[in-house]
Amino acid sequence: MTELSHLPAWRLAELVAAREVSARELATLHLARIARADAALGAFLLVDEAGALGRADRIDAALARGEQPGPLAGVPLALKDIFVTRGIATTVASRILAGWIPPYDGTAVARLYAAGANLLGKLNMDEFAMGSSNENSSVKPCRNPWDLTRVPGGSSGGSAAAVAAGLCAGSLGTDTGGSIRQPAAFCGLVGMKPTYGRVSRYGVVAFASSLDQVGPMTRNVRDAALLLQAIAGHDPHDATSIDAPVPDYRAACERGARGLGGLKIGLPAEYFVDGGGINPEVERAVRAGIARLEDAGATVVPVSLPHTKYAVACYYLVATAEASSNLARYDGVRFGHRAEGTGSLLELYCKSRGEGFGPEVKRRIMLGTFALRSGHYDAYYRKAQQVRALIKRDFDEAFTQVDLIATPATPTAAFRLGEKAADPLAMYLADIFTISCNLAGLPGVSVPCGFTEAGLPIGLQLIAPPLCEEQLFTAAAAHELATDFHTRRPPELA
Amino acid sequence: MASITSDEVRQTALLARLALTDDEVARLTLELSHLLGYIEQLTALDTAGVEPMTHAVPMDCPLRLDTPAPSLAADDALAAAPRRADDYFEVPKIIEAGS
Amino acid sequence: MTATKWEAVIGLECHVQLATETKAFSASASIYGAPPNSCTDPTVLGLPGALPVVNRRQIELALTLGLATGSTLRRRSRFSRKHYFYPDLPKGYQISQFDEPLCEHGTVEFVVDGVPRSVRLTRIHLEEDAGKNLHRAKRSLVDLNRAGVPLVEIVSEPELRSAEEAGEYMRTLRQLVRWLGISDGNMEEGSLRCDANVSLRPVGATTLGTKAELKNINSFKFVERAIEHEIARQTAILDAGGRVVQESRLWDADAGTSHAMRSKEEAHDYRYLPDPDLPPLVIDEEWIDRARAALPELPTARRQRLVAEYGLTVADARVLTEERALADWFEAAARAHGDGKRVSNWVQSELLRELNRDARTIDACPIRPEALAALLRLIDDGTISGKIAKEVFTKMYASGDAPGVIVEREGLVQVTDTSAIETAARAAIDANPKQAEQYRAGKTQMIGFFVGQVMKATGGKANPAAVNEVLARLLGA
Ligand SMILES: [Mg+2]
Ligand SMILES: [Zn+2]
Repeated sequence: MTELSHLPAWRLAELVAAREVSARELATLHLARIARADAALGAFLLVDEAGALGRADRIDAALARGEQPGPLAGVPLALKDIFVTRGIATTVASRILAGWIPPYDGTAVARLYAAGANLLGKLNMDEFAMGSSNENSSVKPCRNPWDLTRVPGGSSGGSAAAVAAGLCAGSLGTDTGGSIRQPAAFCGLVGMKPTYGRVSRYGVVAFASSLDQVGPMTRNVRDAALLLQAIAGHDPHDATSIDAPVPDYRAACERGARGLGGLKIGLPAEYFVDGGGINPEVERAVRAGIARLEDAGATVVPVSLPHTKYAVACYYLVATAEASSNLARYDGVRFGHRAEGTGSLLELYCKSRGEGFGPEVKRRIMLGTFALRSGHYDAYYRKAQQVRALIKRDFDEAFTQVDLIATPATPTAAFRLGEKAADPLAMYLADIFTISCNLAGLPGVSVPCGFTEAGLPIGLQLIAPPLCEEQLFTAAAAHELATDFHTRRPPELA
Repeated sequence: MASITSDEVRQTALLARLALTDDEVARLTLELSHLLGYIEQLTALDTAGVEPMTHAVPMDCPLRLDTPAPSLAADDALAAAPRRADDYFEVPKIIEAGS
Repeated sequence: MTATKWEAVIGLECHVQLATETKAFSASASIYGAPPNSCTDPTVLGLPGALPVVNRRQIELALTLGLATGSTLRRRSRFSRKHYFYPDLPKGYQISQFDEPLCEHGTVEFVVDGVPRSVRLTRIHLEEDAGKNLHRAKRSLVDLNRAGVPLVEIVSEPELRSAEEAGEYMRTLRQLVRWLGISDGNMEEGSLRCDANVSLRPVGATTLGTKAELKNINSFKFVERAIEHEIARQTAILDAGGRVVQESRLWDADAGTSHAMRSKEEAHDYRYLPDPDLPPLVIDEEWIDRARAALPELPTARRQRLVAEYGLTVADARVLTEERALADWFEAAARAHGDGKRVSNWVQSELLRELNRDARTIDACPIRPEALAALLRLIDDGTISGKIAKEVFTKMYASGDAPGVIVEREGLVQVTDTSAIETAARAAIDANPKQAEQYRAGKTQMIGFFVGQVMKATGGKANPAAVNEVLARLLGA
């Protein structure tokens, strides 16, 4: 039998519900693994040992009293440090929010607790979710458990690393331009960005409000369905939350076993262009993944998404403009870092923010502020929103012909720490395959579809029309059935 | 439009309330010019008549009933304040408005 | 003097706090005068991760004002973020409306010196209020209770021409928002605040001069004074051949003067951005129809109807329509009694005197409209005299008792018994032979003297008509 630390989350929930394993046992085991391995990995920003054990005991006590176990009973999770957790420091890996203890829980967190999940701690990330390598964390870099010289991806790098290394059974990330799917691809995980509005953003520190979306990062498809099931659905605290019923995602996964007969999958030519930056090894693995979907009964047809090449430029205007606005609240007055010895209000603002934000965050605030300056709005932000409409139109058009779209999740496998750190644009282009989904508000998932010769995971991305997460789960589950990638484990860390 | 001067960088930094060192200004002038150059490709695209997309999933604004929920206790509201005076947030004396 | 050389051009931006229970974008209570920082929540504080959700009530109230001013209501309007850094602005931006406001092109009608005036409104938009900064010797303190309270900003076209007009416009707006029940319009508590854009131009010119923005006119009595002062200031500059500088000026009510606000270190650039947290606000026809149906009769129409229906003078109707509750009270009493004109006289002379003395509003009036009607009926049927009725009224106001109860309890029933009156009349005539002689010699107005004597003798309870009749008979004999 696989060790507990690498069992699927859904299986752990079953064991706890059946009282074959206690929540405390799971918490203790994972806390010990964190203590052993995380120094090398750098995935955790905070380990809430006392809190986790207390919660585990309360879960066990409730089960002992005969209370109905939640669907995540006792499952040890850890969350990207962008989720606001009452009484537990929430920092977005930024100096400006170091030590902030929130007075409230976000909706996703509250729903996880309500489902019986345990929370072990908070995970590393790029500061304010701005980055694709986790190198922008103001605290420490995080490493890829498959190769410690490489990045885990970002911005949900800590989540990807911790789940892949078996330090927690699953995690939630956020995805603004690929920040769930790209690290999932780099670390061999299933990472889903649901439809914009499917999961509440209330209590998720905002980066770019019209793009941000919460999603699961897990070691297998069914775990992703389990986590999404727990957090999805309308939230009156988020005005952009979609008021639509949440289907049974587990059933959608199970349908994958019956094959994909009748499913039409589109291959966008623009994602497979020669010299488009896609690494041949990655392309081979992605095409192999698509072949597996065909083997399962799907038909593959070419589609076109002609505005794809504008996505990165469009994204960096929309995302930075919104970020410059969202980050205006970090002013050193009500919470967060405040510079010492400032005589005037202006100085207080400028120094607190100058000291508190790291270089990438400043770069984006600057770009976004510049784009919104009077006289610039039409040429930049408005133009980008128009291009965004065209990108969305491309997808709408494609989805009249196909049910899903398949692409690589990333142009390359995990790169080395420092490899792209000096060139912001090169780093931005690492998100080229994931960004369009966010601009169009569509659900997308990255699933493991192979490994490079050097042993690095590769991700296949599937994209669906709005609110069609079920189809993603079905296809992803069918693909998973044909592989053993999800059972492979990175080397154990001493 | 495709580039930005160091003066514009300083003005933008002031608008954004970011203290920047001279080195940062120099570096940002280069980087932002580079990024704006890349973004410039959008201008080539004809978007005449295209309605800007402000929300990924079109919906109407939901409305909440005017029913009060408990407020935070003042102590909780002020708990994270770097500087607090009695039950107020404290800031340097504001001299922008008025004499 | 050059006083007629310049024409003032004035536009007002008025902020009106809407009477809701909760804030514009969160469910934290909206209460005036609560202990500092006790009316906040994560959204009001702008905590990381907190999001706005629109309070429906504020939209209803704004729609009501939009309809009452004949505005065009935008079926799809939008919330935008207006960015600036200030300690009373928690998020670093104010949620407001920019290019797609809820209401446009309304009008406000009012009367100056008996002449009807009408001013067009550019727009009425929704926005959230900021908190409050308190200035101490060496630091400033921030109270965020008021942050997030819903406001409408009413922007007029620059069509006002004098301080007096501006004042009348403001009073009309205040009356209107109170009438509609959308705000208490209390300037002292900041529920109604106003900035004035003032410029001068040569009489006859059509282009606008350079304007100054007068900020923070936060007391009703200073609206006119502040604008007058600004007109005088600009007149002096222009007369001296100088140029007005475009700037914001802060009105200092204590000093009775204004001064330029220290220009911020950089020019304003609010970087408006459609708020990505809030989808477009959609108002459907059904909602508008319901709001229209619920709209009360507006002050002008009410005034006209009072004149037509009860035969009141325009001046009386104006007083009675100062507050909707007063007009309602008046009409209830007028309907109960039947003679609106007399009810109006009583309301204006007796009722308002009592209320004003106690600084009470009509809502707190201890006398019910039906009770005034009953009192007037006691006069009509001769039970009491008009003079006694005023006494009874005072007692009704003090005790809340019905007039019949008071009259009975205090033995105020009028003496109509002719024999008692005759006794008193004879006594008066006997005691004043000289005056009786004068009367008989043709000086008939002397009867007033004898009426006074009889009333005195009967403690005012004698029926005046009966007294007159008896005296005339006895004196004429
Ligand atoms: Mg204004
Ligand atoms: Zn305003």
